[in-house]
Order: sequence, then C-alpha cells, then structure tokens
Amino acid sequence: MTSLRHWLKQALIYLVVAFFCFFSAFPFLIMIINTFKDDKDLYRPQNNPFIYNFPPTLDHLKFLFESTNYMTFVKNSFFVGTLVVIITLVISIPAAYSLARLTGRWGERAGIGIFLVYLVPPTLLFLPLFRTVVFLGLNNSLWSLVVIYPTISIPFSTWLLMGFFKSIPKDLEEAAMVDGYSRLAAFFKVIMPLSVSGVIAVTVFTFTLTLHEFIYALTFISSSASKTISVGVPIELVRGDVFFWQSLLAAAVIVALPVGFVYNLFLDRLVEGLTMGAVKG
Amino acid sequence: MTSTAVTPPRNFQFRSIADRENILGGIFLAPAVLYILLLVAIPFFVAIAFSVTDVSVGDTTLDFVGFRNFIVILRDPQFIRALKDTILFTIVSQVLILVFANIVAAVFTQEFRGKWLARMLIMLPWATPISLGVIGWLWMLDSKFSPFDWILVNLNLLGPGTLLGPGNHMNFLGREGLAMASVIMVYVWRNLPLASVILMAGLTSIDKDLIDQAQVDGARFWRIHFRIKIPLVLPIMYIALLFSMVFTFTDMAVVFILTRGGPVYYTQVLGVWAFFKGIQGGALGEGAAVALFFFPVLLAVAILLLRLARRTEVN
Repeated sequence: MTSLRHWLKQALIYLVVAFFCFFSAFPFLIMIINTFKDDKDLYRPQNNPFIYNFPPTLDHLKFLFESTNYMTFVKNSFFVGTLVVIITLVISIPAAYSLARLTGRWGERAGIGIFLVYLVPPTLLFLPLFRTVVFLGLNNSLWSLVVIYPTISIPFSTWLLMGFFKSIPKDLEEAAMVDGYSRLAAFFKVIMPLSVSGVIAVTVFTFTLTLHEFIYALTFISSSASKTISVGVPIELVRGDVFFWQSLLAAAVIVALPVGFVYNLFLDRLVEGLTMGAVKG
Repeated sequence: MTSTAVTPPRNFQFRSIADRENILGGIFLAPAVLYILLLVAIPFFVAIAFSVTDVSVGDTTLDFVGFRNFIVILRDPQFIRALKDTILFTIVSQVLILVFANIVAAVFTQEFRGKWLARMLIMLPWATPISLGVIGWLWMLDSKFSPFDWILVNLNLLGPGTLLGPGNHMNFLGREGLAMASVIMVYVWRNLPLASVILMAGLTSIDKDLIDQAQVDGARFWRIHFRIKIPLVLPIMYIALLFSMVFTFTDMAVVFILTRGGPVYYTQVLGVWAFFKGIQGGALGEGAAVALFFFPVLLAVAILLLRLARRTEVN
C-alpha cells in the first residue's frame, strides 16, 4: 500500500516536471529542428514538425553567416556588453562597499533607494533618453547603448555586491587596518580578493542584461550595421514580409541556448539578490 | 613659512583621506549616484515635462500645452484598448504564474532524478534574450505552419468535421481572442521561471524541523504545503509577484515582435503604443504621456507588495 502510494507520487512528480519542461523548452526544440530543415520539408503543413521528412541541410546556417549581418550583430553585442561590464564594475564595486561599510544607517536607506531604481522600467524612460542620446550626437551609435545600459546594471549590481560585502566579516579589514593598512588599502588587498565570485556573478548578469535589452536598442539605433543581436535578429532578418525562417530561428537559438546555460549557473545568486531586500532589508 | 610647518607630508594627507570613512564613503558612492541622477532621475522629470508640451522629433522646443496630450490620448479608443489590454494581460498572466509557480516549486522541493536538467530546461525562457525567444513563438503560432496545428489535426481535434472547426489552421495570432490568449501565454512562459525559482529558494530555506514536526502530527503533503509552507514563504512570494508584474506590465518586446499590437489593435499594450506614437510617429510629448501611465500603477503596486512583504515578515 505504501509502496503503491510512493510509486503514484513519483509518477505524478515526473508527469508535472515533464509537462513544465515541455512547456518551457518546446519552442527551443522546434527552433533547433527547423534550423536544418529543407524548404520543401518546412513549408508543407502536413509534414511532421518533429522529424526530418527530407534530409537535413546546412544551407540556412551558411546563408545566415555568409549573406546576412548576423556576425556584425554578434560583434556589436560583444562590444557593448564588454564596455558596459567594465563601466558597471568600476562604478558599482566602490558604491557597494561604501553602502555596506562606510555610510552606516544612511547608507542602508540609500541602498534600498538604489535597488528601487532597478524597478524603474526602460519603457518609462526611453523617450527622454532618446532625446538625450540625440543631443549627445550618439543616435545610431553603439556608444549610446554603452552609456545608457549602466543605468539598469549599476543599481542591481550595487545591490548584489552590497549584500556580498556585508557577508564578509568586518574583523578581516579591522585586523588589516591594525596592521597599518589604510581603509582603502584594506579594501583592495583584503576584501577584493575575497569577492571574486561576487564580481563574476555581477559580470555575468550585466553581460546577459545587455544581450536581453530590447527597448533602448530598438529606439536608439536604426542603421543595420550598428544593431545588436536582440534587435538585429527580429528586425533585420525579416525583409518586408519575407521570413527566412530557418536562418531566423537558427540566429535566435544559437545565442539563446548558450546565454541561457551560463545564466542558469548563476541563477541562485540572482535570486538571493532579488529576495534580499524583502527578507532582510 | 608657517604654512609649510602646518601642511602635513603628502603621504600622510593621502592616508588620512583613505582612512576618513565618511569622505571615502562619499567618494566611493558619488559616481553611482551621479550616474543614476543624470540618466534616470533627470530623464524621469524630462518625461513628465515632455508629457505637458508639444515636443516632437522634428520640433524640439518645449511649448507648454497643459494636459492636452493626456486629453488627446484618453479620447483615442486605441489607447484605451492598450491600457485595458496591458492591465488584463498583466493580471491574468500573474494569476497563472502564481498558480504554476507554486506547483513547480512544490515539485522541485521533492527528490527526483534529472532535477538539474529539468530545472535548466524550465529556466530557459527567462534566461534567454526575450526577443529571441519570441521569435521561436512567432513560428510556433504561425498562421500556416504552426506545429500546434499539426498536433491538433493529428489528434483529430482540428480540421473538417472536428471540434475546433473545419479549417486546418487555428490562426493563433489572427483572431482577437486567440491572439490575446497567445500573448498572455508567452508572458506566462517568460516569467514563470523567475517566480518559480524565487519560490523554490523560499521553500528550501524553511526550517526542516518544522515540517518534520507537522508530519509527526499527521499532516499530509497538501496540508503542510498550504498551512505551513505557503504562509512562511508569503513575503518571498510577494517579491516574486512584484518583479513578475513589473516585467510584464512594462514589457514591449513580446507584443512588438509577436503581433505588433494586431490583429487590428486588439493586443496593443502601453509600451508598444508609446513607441509607435513617440518614436515612429515622432510625437515625443504624446508618447511620454502614454508612458507616464505606467508610473502611478507601478508605484502603487511596488509600495503595496513591499509593505505586505514587510508586514508578513514581522509576523
């Protein structure tokens, strides 16, 4: 009796898990399959969408890499992502340390304030920022994204790193300062080496954020050569009403899966950061 | 002469700044605060200024027009529809997300094989760039080639003489009700992972002894789940809801790529509408007025949920 109940419970768990895995991953599965589908296979509604009714082909991947701006989009995204990570780290590491150790109660409030900035949506700001970008002469330039993206990444990174610094025992710096280090030197020589994993997490989030972002990239940049992946793929790879479906789906899934994989590895730390405000703040 | 005597050696002066905590704290914090003031706070007030002027992409002078922009957009049936749809999409998707996230989180606190892989797959929609995921859905819901059509036809649910009608295609994005349902489904698909993973974190942090005690007292799985676990993770659930709501309410990528607001304007949302007005139409003032409708709602939701989270925490 108990073994039957146990068996039923296991079966139910697997059923629920399978359902949600399918719901989440189904589009990606179809994207991968379609990447290699021949035109006469794909564009015939009677064909089974899960199998290759005609031999698979690499033509559409070749088309994507050789005849479209796809590689330009990838390069642009890496350019923007790398610079935004650098700006974010340079600005939010000191800010987070300041809020965690140097500013006391006042800093705690400022920390929550900075976190709330994370909730101000790009949809509210993109019109005035578009004017700002035009005013600075940066429209149609990747530099517009380099300047604007840190407005999203700095608040969240500062918040996350603040929690990280707070979890390091104060005694460590105090011991170093007794040994004759200044506060500044103690920060660089004692705290920073201990914070490598926090800095890596922030790097990953900032970089993926620049890959995810859509509204600013859509608004600030209109020339194809300066588009990033998130806008270039859905906008530029569709010519008028002509969808190059296999190439389009390939373009999406090639970036989506690796980004999803890396992001997943750091997800627990992200959740820690998101819930920190409610539970301990 | 005296001044040299008073001035300490340079090295010492540097050290004193490096040791004075409030000064160092200020210097460390200043760039972040400055960045946010310049590119978040000021633009926010500029958005308000835009909304009461006739500024456009062509004419950038700010001429005060009072509430004219708001009156114009409030008289526009398309805007009213966008406002209603945004609210409807957000509320329905959040209800579904909360229900599903509870199921997913409850299952993932159990032991089963392949958990790591399963979690990875379930998290994918949230971890990948939204615009690329929606490209996938665009194919999945295509009017002619949707894989769902093929599945339904082969299950004998779609096609001549079947339950779902004589045609061989659902045309998910071309029919008002179905298009709205499709948009909601993509929002659920996108935000369910975040809500689930936040709830999972909450559930795993619950003191094991408490659960063991309840089991000893004879409580079963669902009773433990609803009477003990849910109340304990309530603050975290409010936070999950807050993020999920903000991301859904202010999103424009899903609708922009999936339906462009169509068919007709039946799936229009505020974000896309603000973009069409402000950037494509060039009427920055009107666009800003549309976007400003976000703010009071977001503020109210944020304050309410953060308060609720705090209060439950104290109890």
